[in-house]
This record gives sequence, structure tokens and C-alpha cells, in this order.
Amino acid sequence: MDAILLQILNGMDKGSAYALIALGLTLIFGTLGVVNFAHGALFLIGAFCAVTFSKILSLSHVVIDESQKDFLGNPLKVEVPYIYDMFGQATGDVIIDWAVPLSLLFTVPVMIAIGFAMERGLIKHFYKRPHADQILVTFGLAIVLAEIVKYFYGANPIPTPAPSAFAGSFDFGAMLGFDPNTIIYPYWRLVYFAFAAVIIGGVFAFLQFTTFGMVVRAGMADRETVGLLGINIDKRFTIMFGIAAAVAGVAGAMYAPINSPNYNMGMDFLVLSFVVVVVGGMGSLPGAVLAGFLLGILESFASMSVVLETLPGINQIIIYLVAIIILLTRPRGLMGRKGVMED
Amino acid sequence: MFGLNKKDAGLLIVVAILALAAPFILNPFPEGSAMAQFNAGYPDLMQRLVIFGIFAIGFNILFGLTGYLSFGHAAFLGVGSYAAIWMMKLLTMNVIPAIVVSIIIAGLFSLLVGFISLRRSGIYFSILTLAFAQMSYALAYSVLTPITGGETGLQPKYTDPRVLDKALEAGQQPRANLFGLEMNQGFQLEMGNWVFTFNAGYYIAAVVMLVAFYLSIRIFRSPFGMMLRAVKSNQQRMNYTGLNSKPYTLAAFVISGMYAGLAGGLLVAMDTQVGAERMFWTASGEVVLMTILGGAGTLIGPVLGAGFIKYMENIVSKINKSVLEQWFAFMPDGIEDVLVAIIYPFVGKGWHLTLGLLFMLVVIFLPGGLVEGGQRIGKMFRRRDANANSIEADAAEQRKPAAE
Repeated sequence: MDAILLQILNGMDKGSAYALIALGLTLIFGTLGVVNFAHGALFLIGAFCAVTFSKILSLSHVVIDESQKDFLGNPLKVEVPYIYDMFGQATGDVIIDWAVPLSLLFTVPVMIAIGFAMERGLIKHFYKRPHADQILVTFGLAIVLAEIVKYFYGANPIPTPAPSAFAGSFDFGAMLGFDPNTIIYPYWRLVYFAFAAVIIGGVFAFLQFTTFGMVVRAGMADRETVGLLGINIDKRFTIMFGIAAAVAGVAGAMYAPINSPNYNMGMDFLVLSFVVVVVGGMGSLPGAVLAGFLLGILESFASMSVVLETLPGINQIIIYLVAIIILLTRPRGLMGRKGVMED
Repeated sequence: MFGLNKKDAGLLIVVAILALAAPFILNPFPEGSAMAQFNAGYPDLMQRLVIFGIFAIGFNILFGLTGYLSFGHAAFLGVGSYAAIWMMKLLTMNVIPAIVVSIIIAGLFSLLVGFISLRRSGIYFSILTLAFAQMSYALAYSVLTPITGGETGLQPKYTDPRVLDKALEAGQQPRANLFGLEMNQGFQLEMGNWVFTFNAGYYIAAVVMLVAFYLSIRIFRSPFGMMLRAVKSNQQRMNYTGLNSKPYTLAAFVISGMYAGLAGGLLVAMDTQVGAERMFWTASGEVVLMTILGGAGTLIGPVLGAGFIKYMENIVSKINKSVLEQWFAFMPDGIEDVLVAIIYPFVGKGWHLTLGLLFMLVVIFLPGGLVEGGQRIGKMFRRRDANANSIEADAAEQRKPAAE
């Protein structure tokens, strides 16, 4: 029992990342009808927004500190982050410590801007082209974005720690009455899960309960008719693209402490997220979220040692295997709508 | 000639001449000159150019004709490589059985994958093939280590059984050969400052490539090729006329899988080692890039694309900062620094960036790839000379009607 609970928890954080990326992919597909292979790159850029932000915060200048002397009696040179000058040392330390959550303030506008630029500058010209062309051009864009990140940040993973308040692990077992230390779970992953739940809930609420969301949903169902009613649906879809980019971006930024970002992570996540989208059903938002969590949890179950003993290597292929079975038995995916890319 | 019409025979002869004279053509700059690093006339690179040409020709039979975009073709290349290396370990270092078996095994594997994947089309087909390729890669890396060598990969060893070969003497390296002719044999021809390398392995690969190219021309011109084009232009209409498209697409899939297996076998024949990274999905992406860059659905396009990308990979990635500074040394210092700073991110380690940008530009502005670019340039001249019957004109005829 405790082992099962542990695996479910372990699957949650990866599942959250899959779900967030898949949600963005589905939003873009559902609104614009574009298959965006560069979505993993947006996740990557989000993660590096967090890296950049924490680097900006710790930018420092050298000050000669008269109170500290080295062994010759000369005053020491100390690096002081600019942030100390602005807020004082105590507040400055807290801000640097909380760099990752604070970086969301920086990530969201950057990602929305990138999303707008991408949609207006490139994707717009590909609405009428075949899906293969859309896949190919966004695939090229993904390579370019990943290489730009590599040029500025190098090829090595950059560790980006979570705030020290979340550094420890939470002992679930003790809370639920199991032996202590059987089910422990890092706090930051809990935060990530909660964060993902809030974002997903927010996107759904936005689509469900606002006028803007209603128009977008109408546009997803029948773009032409909405256009004939005199609504500028293109503009709204561009905004949705920005939102989808921001969702992928914040997912990446918050994921940075879990997995040190490197320039390849976008592609790794993209391939899996595509599988997630297809399993969930092309164009279905709840399907994407459900499939994201489901596959994340399945993946962690498959890496249990009991399972691995009977089926060696299953943890490496489980997601693809499930995808193949689902695609062949339920052509629409788990929750796909009728008539959306059904061939 | 060989059952080809005049144009196709001309194209085949042009490709044959280019392939056989490649050691000269790819080595236009004298040794030791500043431009010598643009020379591509060394055996390793020339072999890669033609082998990936074969890979792309095969991929084009599937993607160019039927429009099914497979994102998992590297798996067949990898399977072919593993089959070839096992033949070399168990049977003989002669390349013939290795290559034949690699084609057969890759064909069988692609039959299995194709049979399942082709039940869907469009993006679902892409995802299915990608899933199969990623599964093969993951398994080759982990569980199948006894067969694939896992992370270290496989090489022929001194102690392997090799039932058909004579036992090697101590200290002798097992080398891939063709009835005694070793792949790395060759001779160098010195003419003034130029050094031309003629390599046995390259010529074997080039001859195989010409055969593969000839077969692909025949497929393009056959009724079977017509059927595949019908699948691309309108599958529904084809079904309504009472034709079942599945056997045709499956046949195309298996043929392109066998081409990939052939390329994998040749890679092993030239450089006797395999690693699982050959099956990673970026490798599948690369063959897609080659085909699109050259021009999908044209005969010559994939070969051009493969040559272009492999050349770039080897040459552009060798340019470093000091080379750039040397080039622009004649300019005033300020301008030199600016130029070096602008170009530097795109060369050396950054060549993937150049590749990505180039690929985007091609997809956006030249959906027909380099061949279409050639046609446009050709058109500018054709007004003057209406009878100029060039390769481009031939390619123009082949260009399929716009998809979907």
C-alpha cells in the first residue's frame, strides 16, 4: 500500500509537467489547428527564464570591506549583489533565495511576448499549409531556439535551487499512519503539483466562465461562423497562443529546481507530451490533462523494482506502449471529440 | 538504357559521374591553402555522403511519394547496423553477408512496424513511428544490452567465432573486407599541390548508392509509383475507385525500411561499430531534414539534401574563431571584430543553429527544397534558351501536385 502511494506521488510531478505542456499544445491545436513542435522549446525557454532571473538577482559589484582584513592586514574585497544595495542584506537574501518563484513575474510577460511574436511572425503564415509543413517548420524553430539557449548558457545543466524553505522532504507516511520515512516526498514537488493544479484550474475557469473564454470555445467549435458574427477571432486566438506559451513557460520555470535545466530538456519533454496529447485525444483539453497525469503515474509505477523484475525495461517504454495500444484501439484517444483529426 | 527514358538515363549518368569523380570534385583546393578545410575529399566524409544519400533516397520513397511522414526511420537504420555487426562477429568480416542480412532484418522489422503504424495516417502515423523508434532506442540502451552492447555499443573483436573466416593471428585486427579487399584500402594521387584519395570503401558504397538510385527511379516511374502518388494526392478518391491503398503504402514503408537497413549495414561495413544513439529520434529527424531540404518527391533531391547536410556538419563545424579571424584579417580591426562576432555563433559548435535556420527558411520559402530553388534559377535562363533540357526541367516534371 505504502509503495503504491509513493509511486502515485512520484508520478505526480512529472505528470504535472506533461499535463501543463500537453494543455498548451492542445490549446494551440484546438484554436489555431496548428501542430506545434516548438512547444517543448517554450518549456525550455521558461526554465531558462528562471535561470536568467536568478542570475540577474545575484549580479554583484565589488566593494572593499574595511571591517574584514586578510592576513596582511589589507581590507578584503567582497562581492555585494546589487539587490543588497536596494533592499538591504536581509531582504536581499530572501529575494535571492526565492528567485525561482519570483521569476514567474519575469517569465510570464517574456513568454507571452515570445508567443505573440511566434504566432504573428511565423505560425500565421502556416494556417493554410498542410500539417506536415507545420510540423516541419516548428521542428526547425525548436532546433533554432534550443541552439540559441545553448549558445548563451552552454551545454551543461545549470542547477537552480528551490527556496530553502522547501528544501526538505515531507513525511507523508507519518501523517497517514504508516511507519515514518516510508513515504517521503520533497516539498518542492508538492508545490509543483499544487501550482500545476492551480494553473490548469485557472485555464479551465478562464475558458469556461469568462466572455472571452466563451468566444474562444465558440471559435474552436466553428471558427467561420464566429468570424461571420463580426468577432475578430484571429486576435483572440493569438492571445490564446500567448497564454499557451505562458503556461509552458511557467511549467518550465517551476520545473527548474526539480531537474537542472539544460538545452535538451525541451525536446525530451516535447516527444512525451505529444504522446500525451494523442493519448488524451487531439483537441480535448480535459483529455490532455488526464492523460498527462495518468502517463506520469504509469511511468513511475513501471519503475518499481517488483515490476522491473518481471518485465525488465518496461519503465523505458511504457508510455510509448500505452500510446500504441490507445491509438490502435481508441482512434480518438481517451476523450477526443468526434471529427477532430480522426483519420 | 536500363529501361529508363532519355531524361532519367541522363540523370542517372550525371549522378554516376558525380559519384565516381567525387574524390576530384570534393577536393577543389590545394593542400595547405587557406581554403583546404573546405575540401571534403577524405574517405570518411565521402562514405557518409553516399550512405546517408541511400538513407534519404529510401525515406523519399515513403514520404515523397505517399506523403506519410515517418519520424522513426532511424530505428531501421539501427536495426540494420546491429544485424550487420552480428554477421561480422559470427560469420565473416566480408561485407556482403552483413549487408544482405541487414537489409532483410530491417525489412522484416519495418514490416512489423509498418503493419501497425499504417492503420493510422497523418500526425498519428508520425507519432506511432516515433513511439516505435523511441522504444527500440530505449530497449537497445537497457534491456537488450546482451544483444546491442548497451551504452558501449558493439565492435568486432579478436575473439569472435567468425565461422567462415580463417583464424586471425595474434595481434591482427579484424577488418571489414570484400573478398580480401579491405574497406580502408586505397591510394593517394598527388598532382602538384593537390592530393586525391581513392578509397575502396567509398567506391563500394558509391556503387551501391547508384544501384539504389536506379531502383528508386524505376519505382518512381512504375505503375506502383503512380499508385503511391495517388495515395498522396487523394487517398479517399483512390479508395472509392475500389483500390485498397494499404498494401501499396505498406510496400512503400517496407522498401524505405530496407533502404534504411542497407544504409545501416553500409555504415557498419565502413566503420565497424554500432551504438544505440544511431536510433535516437534526432537521427530520424535528420533524415527528414535531408529529404525536405533537398526536395521531397523529386529523384535527385534527397541525395542533394543528404550531401548538403553531411558536408555542412563536417565542414562548418570545423570552422573556429581563429579561422574566422584569418579570413577577415585583411579588413580593418574594428570591422573584423564585428564580422567575427556576428558569424561566430553560426559556425563551429553552433552549426546546428545554421542548420535549423536554413531548414526553416527552406520550409517557409522553398517548400520544394533545393531542387525547387534550382528550378527557379533554371527558369530565369530558360526564357533565353527554350530547349535547355536540364536536370531542373526534369525535376519540374516530377514535382508532385501540392499535397492535401
